[in-house]
Amino acid sequence: MSMFKKGEKKEMPAIASGSLSDIVFMLLFFFMVTTQMRETENKVVVKIPQASESVKLERKDLASYINIGTPIRSLQAQYGTDARIQLNDSFKTVDDIRDFVAAERDSKSENDRAFMQICIRADQDVRMGIITDVKQELRRCSALKIMYSARKGE
Amino acid sequence: MAKKTPAINSSSTADIAFLLLCYFLMTTTMGTQTGLSRRLPPMPDPNQKVEDQKVNRRNIIIVKINSADRILAGSEPIDVSQLKDKIKIFLTNPTDDPNLPVMEPTEIAGLGTRNVSKGVISLQNDRGTSYQAYIAVQNELVKAVNELRDEASMREFGKKFLALDEDGQKTIKDLVPQQISEAEPKDVGKRRR
Repeated sequence: MSMFKKGEKKEMPAIASGSLSDIVFMLLFFFMVTTQMRETENKVVVKIPQASESVKLERKDLASYINIGTPIRSLQAQYGTDARIQLNDSFKTVDDIRDFVAAERDSKSENDRAFMQICIRADQDVRMGIITDVKQELRRCSALKIMYSARKGE
Repeated sequence: MAKKTPAINSSSTADIAFLLLCYFLMTTTMGTQTGLSRRLPPMPDPNQKVEDQKVNRRNIIIVKINSADRILAGSEPIDVSQLKDKIKIFLTNPTDDPNLPVMEPTEIAGLGTRNVSKGVISLQNDRGTSYQAYIAVQNELVKAVNELRDEASMREFGKKFLALDEDGQKTIKDLVPQQISEAEPKDVGKRRR
């Protein structure tokens, strides 16, 4: 009589879980596409200094990075231990910053160019001399919006 | 008749996919970059005649960092920990000291006339200064300004600066401007290596 009587032939069909994996894979692909792996390989060691007042980068897609630090251990035989500038994937000098800024500016869309920000990621033990040079060069290229990369925390 | 192959149990593929998902969530950088934002002054036009910007002597405080990371604020050596308070006193001029910046009454939109400090902090460094010390000093300067903004917004709106809406923040920014000038290197005209 009862609908839920046990021992009857009719059973609740198991929920098909085969498509569950497809859904999860879709999620996976979504994350793989949207998040970015570090696109450049670090060739310099950068230990970012700490600053309690540091704020978030407003537009991550508009930031370009200039790394400054000592070359990593495996490259020290070739390049020495002096602080170097890394742009994209290779060591560069201050003079190359002009081209770098121009290239970065071209890669941004027309409307966003004014908001382009240069993020200086420098090692905390780097001397200011090299950073002053970089800053002067940036001023010459009129890339005036900069950010000193710093870790949050006391 | 051929024996039917049993269906492969596929319920665990979801778990495998979840593991992969977790792995990507962990390793990729959704992480945000943080730092201190600055605006560099534009390069002076070489054709333009150099006009000495007349900044009144009392309106400027020079913070110098030497190659041994010692700090000189105004004319006295100072520790990083004391720098913030010194800057705050400099920017507010609570005792109306004639050696500290003018507090000029200014019309602020939405608030009326308020005293706004004309003080400018000039930051100078040596080529041998370490970046860490430089950032530490920059941080103290920003902290001083941020605390003053918080105080001002508590006074005017009864809220913290960050709790204000955009207009309110702009008003407070007008009230407590952040005037930090990163001085030109001394021999700015020549190219140095």
